[in-house]
Amino acid sequence: MGSPFDVAWIAAHLSDILGKLIEHIELTLLAVGIGFVIAFPVGIYCFRHRKVYPPVTWVTGILYTIPSLAFFVLLIPALGISIVNVEVALVSYTLLILIRNVVAGLEGVSEDTKDAAKGMGLTRGQILWKVEVPLALPVIVAGIRIALVTTIGLVTVSALLGYGGLGFFILDGFGNYFATPVLVGSVLSALLAVVADWGMLALERWLTPWRGGGRLQVST
Amino acid sequence: MITLDKVSKRFPGQDGFAVTDLSLQVDDGELVVLVGPSGCGKTTTMRMINRLIEPTSGRIAVDGRDVMEQDPVQLRRGIGYVIQSVGLMPHRTVGENIATVPRLVGWDERRIRERIQELVEMFALDGGLIGRYPSELSGGQRQRVGVARALAADPPVMLMDEPFAAVDPIVRERLQEQFLDIQARLRKTIVFVTHDIDEAIKLADRIAILNVGGVLEQYARPEELLRAPASDFVRDFVGPEPGLKRLSLMSVADIDVEAGPVVHPDAAADEAVAAMEPFGLDWATVLDPEGRVLGWVDRADVTGRARVGDADVKRFAAYVTSGSSLRSALDAIVSNRTQVAVVVDEQERYRGILSLEAVAKEIIT
Repeated sequence: MGSPFDVAWIAAHLSDILGKLIEHIELTLLAVGIGFVIAFPVGIYCFRHRKVYPPVTWVTGILYTIPSLAFFVLLIPALGISIVNVEVALVSYTLLILIRNVVAGLEGVSEDTKDAAKGMGLTRGQILWKVEVPLALPVIVAGIRIALVTTIGLVTVSALLGYGGLGFFILDGFGNYFATPVLVGSVLSALLAVVADWGMLALERWLTPWRGGGRLQVST
Repeated sequence: MITLDKVSKRFPGQDGFAVTDLSLQVDDGELVVLVGPSGCGKTTTMRMINRLIEPTSGRIAVDGRDVMEQDPVQLRRGIGYVIQSVGLMPHRTVGENIATVPRLVGWDERRIRERIQELVEMFALDGGLIGRYPSELSGGQRQRVGVARALAADPPVMLMDEPFAAVDPIVRERLQEQFLDIQARLRKTIVFVTHDIDEAIKLADRIAILNVGGVLEQYARPEELLRAPASDFVRDFVGPEPGLKRLSLMSVADIDVEAGPVVHPDAAADEAVAAMEPFGLDWATVLDPEGRVLGWVDRADVTGRARVGDADVKRFAAYVTSGSSLRSALDAIVSNRTQVAVVVDEQERYRGILSLEAVAKEIIT
């Protein structure tokens, strides 16, 4: 290996690095976005029809346990080596987390609040959108937070299929016995995960002013 | 007016009835309290009125219209609803919570704002609370907001399930007084559920005592319930000291006061004694020229004095006014060494005295 931290290489590859960073973000947001679009209605359906929830958890649980590399490879016969292959795998991983948090969030809404809302004449739909979903938001957003951070990590693995964002540098560096790209890829993807985590925390506080989170200082 | 006609409720998978063949009528502007032990179906009965629970048989009508023939959502918007835990929406401010039903029925924003202001004043809440979230309120404030919210769209009928149960006794008493004042002005038709017989006696125009299984034991005015309990169950449920409880329902204004012996400080000793004699007492109340009570003197005090004012004028331990309950009058009687309650007006001017016999006469039947 050469010098572990080659500034000249970084300077020469700035636009590459930026491009892969953006790709990494795009792959992540696409996966979590699609995952949420699926998980949110499924979660609401499971909340209202409890019998559906165990099988849904079972299926998403199995998807979640497949090792990521194996998943990407297993999908090759059906989907080839493509961005679709990568996204199908990434989306599958988000489902368990997202559906579980949507259901848990809705379940956490106090029966008394719902009873009072029903007694005042809110319809079923109004109770869902004006009471249950807003009050479930903290838990739902927490789910999105975990899904984002997990997916940012998984995208680096999908570099093996050629759609890996910052993972490309890690793979490339190892291939060439050159540490700098490995460092750049690892540090940037880790930083991305941290930034996403903080961003979602801020979003959660902003969405739930009633919890007094904005005024409380973190003391722990 | 709310009418329950032979209403029964049996929950699926349960052997017994939660409510059995219950018939009850709540007149317009009347506050009826459903009271009974747990399992007596009082909450179930209340919740059938706005169809949160549907009866197994029988008919419930609000203002003559069968609730089962109405759209449940529209029905509920026309009936105020308060529950024990209040159920304020934690993600909505106090103002938004109060605005819930007016928004649902399509009031314009200006009218809603005026209504919020009006209710906040009616319940003596600080106007600054309108923009606060429920978690920032005290227990008592939350309960008041809950009742204010139920009144927001001015429904003629209100259902209240232990609305004051979650606060400490001192706050509860204050909330009850305030609620009675507001109800005296608004005259809503109210079904109020509680397990606390004292709360029922204090608030109700009529009380329906329910036994386990939703069996109606007695439906009567509080005074009648205490005077003539219809069964041993009612007698037990009403609890100890029914006589004292009845006295607390009556006020000094309800009975005649006796003139009693009075004397001025400038009167001679013989005049004081002469004032006492017609009443068979050996003491007299001393009044100043404006008729205000200075205290009392007995025969021994004035003996040998040139004027009453030279004697040692003793103070009464307690006074009552015409608004006081007979229960507090009784307390004054046993607290004063003269064994009477002295009745005064707002300016502490003498009105007369109440003896133990006069008060006791009211509870002997």
